[in-house]
Amino acid sequence: MADGCYRIFPLGDNALTIEFGTDISELLNNKAISLAGYFEAQPFPGFIETVPAYTSTTIFYDLVTVRNEFAGFATAFEAVENIVENVLDKLDKASENGSRIVEIPVSFSESRALDLDFVAESNGLDRSEVIEIFISKIYRVYMLGFLPGFAYMGEVDERIDLPRKASPRLKVPKGSVGIAGRQTGIYPLESPGGWQIIGRTDVELFTPHEDSLCFLRPGDLVTFVEVETSLQ
Amino acid sequence: MSLLVTKEGIFTTVQDLGRFGRKRFGINQTSVMDAAASRLINILLDNDQSEAVLEMHFPACEILFEGDAIFALGGADFGVELDETPVENWRSIFAEKGSVLRFRQKLSGNRAYLSVAGGFEVVKWLGSASTNLAAKIGGYKGRTLKKGDQIGLKTKSARSEFISKQISRSPIPPYSQFPVVRIIVGAEYELLTPLSKQALKQNFTISNDSNRMGFRLSGEPLCLSETKELLSSAVNFGTIQLLPDGQLVVLMADHQTSGGYPRIANVITRDFPLIAQLGSNDKVAFQLVSVEAAENLALEFETELNVLKAGCKYSG
Repeated sequence: MADGCYRIFPLGDNALTIEFGTDISELLNNKAISLAGYFEAQPFPGFIETVPAYTSTTIFYDLVTVRNEFAGFATAFEAVENIVENVLDKLDKASENGSRIVEIPVSFSESRALDLDFVAESNGLDRSEVIEIFISKIYRVYMLGFLPGFAYMGEVDERIDLPRKASPRLKVPKGSVGIAGRQTGIYPLESPGGWQIIGRTDVELFTPHEDSLCFLRPGDLVTFVEVETSLQ
Repeated sequence: MSLLVTKEGIFTTVQDLGRFGRKRFGINQTSVMDAAASRLINILLDNDQSEAVLEMHFPACEILFEGDAIFALGGADFGVELDETPVENWRSIFAEKGSVLRFRQKLSGNRAYLSVAGGFEVVKWLGSASTNLAAKIGGYKGRTLKKGDQIGLKTKSARSEFISKQISRSPIPPYSQFPVVRIIVGAEYELLTPLSKQALKQNFTISNDSNRMGFRLSGEPLCLSETKELLSSAVNFGTIQLLPDGQLVVLMADHQTSGGYPRIANVITRDFPLIAQLGSNDKVAFQLVSVEAAENLALEFETELNVLKAGCKYSG
């Protein structure tokens, strides 16, 4: 990796995390995505899966297999750490991840934008200004997590940002577009949740089909377009 | 051949050892809470260790055998009776067509497992039969079992050469209502104040709002020497996070794939069963061990399972 700066720590006895930094950055996020992609494509014996996040990648492994296959190391943790360090050198030369550009239609009608008035009021704006500011940006998908297909996207313009609700909603409707601080995300399923809901989309973010589980993936660039409330 | 739920329990689901390989899409493992118990009874029945089982909480459901079957129970002890005869955990048992399994009283533990020889007939989703309640997929129709549900068995009839077998004590986890659970340090452990590091050694109580997603602990609050805003990253089964109010939460089988709270420690694989069998008001104490010790303890258990497995193979 270009700056060679990272930290590796165990996440239990069957996983480790490589943390490239502690601040949101496209560069660090790309590193996390590339590293995860490398192991998904070229797994080592005992490899289970990766989770790329904002600035980190976590690798889950079967410690029994790793211990048996890499007997020269005192621990499975050290063996995987060594594998990761070797791969990080190689990835240095790796090219950028190709980003897809994805358009998501959103309805901001009153019945769907549950917290739009609150977001507007809290930021001293009116509804249309919040919508205008929100849809004028291109957002990057940094990671998936929380729920199947839930994409953490950023960064929301600070003129319209707002922390999570103090008390989460018990039921956030499927397709709800929310804001939490400077992050935005879409609920792929009905779920409890604390994000401030400013609109809703009909796009299926998650389907149970193995080959098309999630509509969005890390590294995607997302634009939201306002649609009339012809959505059901 | 099938089992029929004749009375509903509070929280019965189909689970196996978990759905792996899709965490990066936000799809979590949603496995059994106590993998040791389900693996042990599956081995006893000569099933694949990863065969799906029923995970039951108390009060558990009542189950009618609609045909002859061989089954085994493990984990919590809910005072089980087959018709009017008490049946023990960790033993393979023959059930005649028409007999009824009842879970009379909560004697120990919080999650009881039922496996059948041959396994349950459940459709796998993404390689696993576990129930993902958030996505309402997997297991039995993606939900908890209700009265009237009929769950098929893969084996059409029970083996005529049935011999009752029992698991020797050694691989059975040393369950307790107040276990010492071993942990390894987490990414933010070193940020705890010296007093909070001491406080991690106190006896914690499992609070009422504990479920398959996580156990909330109550005790003297802990704090970090510097407040740190963390970006979300992956978490694991057994990850112990520090909540803003100073209390700890231990992430369990249905935990979300990512989180942003400080990671103080992680429960070691070997001791998952001990914490998984706890319920509200039970107590737990933690003991720090090295990664190497944690790994060795996991390997030791695998060796014990292999010994058991060798002894449980049916001849022919």
